[in-house]
Amino acid sequence: MRKTLGLAALAAILACGTANAQQINVKIGVLSDMSSLYADIGGPGSVAAAKMAIADYTKDHPNVKVELVSGDHQNKPDVGTNIANQWFDVDKVDMIIDVPNSGVALAVSQVAANKNGIFIVSGAAASTLTGEKCNANTVHWTYDTWMLANGTGKAMVKTGGDTCSSSPPTTRSVTRSRPTLRRWSRRTAARCSARSVPLNTNDFSSFLLQAQSSKAKVIGLANAGGDTINSIKQAAEFGIVKGGQSLAGLLVFSSDVNALGLQTAQGLALTETWYWDANDTNRAWTKRWQTERAAANKYPTMIHAGVYAGILHYLKAREAIGAGAADGKTVVAKMKSIPTDDTLFGKGAVRADGRVTHPAYLFEVKKPEESKYPGDFYKLRATIPADEAFRPLNEGKCPLVSG
Amino acid sequence: MFEIFGIPSNALFGQLLIGLINGSFYALLSLGLAVIFGMLNIINFSHGAQYMLGAFVAYLILQYSGLGYWPALVIAPIVVGISGVIVERLFLQWLYKLDHLYGLLLTFGLALIIEGIARNFFGSAGLPYTVPESLRGGQNLGFMFLPNYRAWVIVASLTICFGTWFVIERTRLGAYLRAATENPTLVRAFGINVPRMITLTYGFGVALAAVAGVMAAPIYNVSPQMGSELIIVVFAVVVIGGMGSILGAIVTGFGLGVIEGLTKVFFPEASNTVIFVIMAIVLLVRPAGLFGRRA
Repeated sequence: MRKTLGLAALAAILACGTANAQQINVKIGVLSDMSSLYADIGGPGSVAAAKMAIADYTKDHPNVKVELVSGDHQNKPDVGTNIANQWFDVDKVDMIIDVPNSGVALAVSQVAANKNGIFIVSGAAASTLTGEKCNANTVHWTYDTWMLANGTGKAMVKTGGDTCSSSPPTTRSVTRSRPTLRRWSRRTAARCSARSVPLNTNDFSSFLLQAQSSKAKVIGLANAGGDTINSIKQAAEFGIVKGGQSLAGLLVFSSDVNALGLQTAQGLALTETWYWDANDTNRAWTKRWQTERAAANKYPTMIHAGVYAGILHYLKAREAIGAGAADGKTVVAKMKSIPTDDTLFGKGAVRADGRVTHPAYLFEVKKPEESKYPGDFYKLRATIPADEAFRPLNEGKCPLVSG
Repeated sequence: MFEIFGIPSNALFGQLLIGLINGSFYALLSLGLAVIFGMLNIINFSHGAQYMLGAFVAYLILQYSGLGYWPALVIAPIVVGISGVIVERLFLQWLYKLDHLYGLLLTFGLALIIEGIARNFFGSAGLPYTVPESLRGGQNLGFMFLPNYRAWVIVASLTICFGTWFVIERTRLGAYLRAATENPTLVRAFGINVPRMITLTYGFGVALAAVAGVMAAPIYNVSPQMGSELIIVVFAVVVIGGMGSILGAIVTGFGLGVIEGLTKVFFPEASNTVIFVIMAIVLLVRPAGLFGRRA
């Protein structure tokens, strides 16, 4: 017995020795909206999450050395493309992560494919990133438009919303709205009427009035950020929820709920893949994030969690390949071959089209009297298992998926 | 019920009213801009940021002293107006003799700084602010549901707009102001403190922006970028009305709100651009604006 133990110890020492010899250096770039409307859902919070992921991984794997850079794409695809090009070409960045704003993300995904780099999407929503526009260098974490419409739409039908009128669909880019609505109407087999609304509209009362007179049971808001906040605020003012119609947000973050206040947002149904207050692990992670971000009154969004989990999985795959140069396609292929497993999203997988699957949750915003402490926003209504939450692999028209 | 161009009349009347409400905000903001441009010759690009400050001050008053909407409606414009007076004394007073461009660049820079500071401390997602208890609910007008708060916005905005117009165009104080703009040296010879009057005018213009900000807080998202989203439209309104024309700013503010509202019914996709199309046409036909005097 003692002999075996001794051998095992020897083997362990030898293993450590080889590991130390295999020094791996990588450079990660967080590309996000640092100063505008998506700066709270991604932005500096994503950089904080990235730092935490790197600290956690390198603590157990001292042979991996990670350098972190960050950039502001200003929600402009040309700025995003320039930074991505410079990072891959000049600064030798191995992997770019986050990129809220689907327009910018689609552009950066193209750059990653051309330069054979790696792009992990956490902030952007467009499901085309793993659909028609998929490539072997892009992995999509956290959420997408298909999953949001599917999750919220299905649940609304279950709770009695058999007709729907989607008020303001046109959002960050054209890619979001139409497939989302189509998906929604198909998944719910309900009659939908749609109204297109320009991006960054200040006043939604005109559209809300039209939705109100349509007598639809559910009014879906296929918009994001400030537009969602404006529409929900004004819907409350026009007494839409009081009048018996219900609101469903296709893309609502906890930061939006915070901006609305529970008084206005109560009863809103929404889908997220991660919520800070869901369990003890998330709460502990949030506490660390708040320290790292130096903001005790802010709460991380699922995008921040996605950045954390994405970097951990990337580093795992990168280390599995070993020392020496590794091009983007090889690393992404490795990421797809090993299952994902982290404390925030649980077990899952990276599919052939680059889509990461994990469970999604349908939440309802609490009433003010139900909320016990700051940040206590949601109650869980349903859990959607990983294999049902995302678009089936063969429906995405991704060229990487044969047949 | 009858139909107009295939749209039920009920829906149309509703949209007209909504347009009028949005026009109230355009009118209030463009009024402040017109007063400042007309009296100081400054193109006040920080107007949007000052509108945002109005909403933020209202929020802070609620957070730290518990005072609600009504006190905020008085306190916030005074606070923001004083900040305007300080800005005028420190920076703007040195620029009157220079080209418009310098005032524009200075105020634009100030706007970026104010927005940046607000974003740094409050984030970009926005802050909660609800409709005051006394104005909750609404009236069913038959053709639409009119929230009480919106009705209040129309009344308040109309009162403030026409009050300001009356003071500047019809009273002795207004006459001094207008005279000071035309010929400051002569007015000073009559023993009137022109620089102080100009400073207070700027403070008043800024306070108007803050009033609009407080009125917007319960219905629009209170975020650092709320001003910059609106200010471009408001500048278009001022240009269409004629730079510096008070009545022009008020009438075009309400008028364009209505036109925008109608566009949202007939062709929603164009509702964000229609004002700029009108601006281009007006500039081609009447370069000085609808109510402007040729320089």
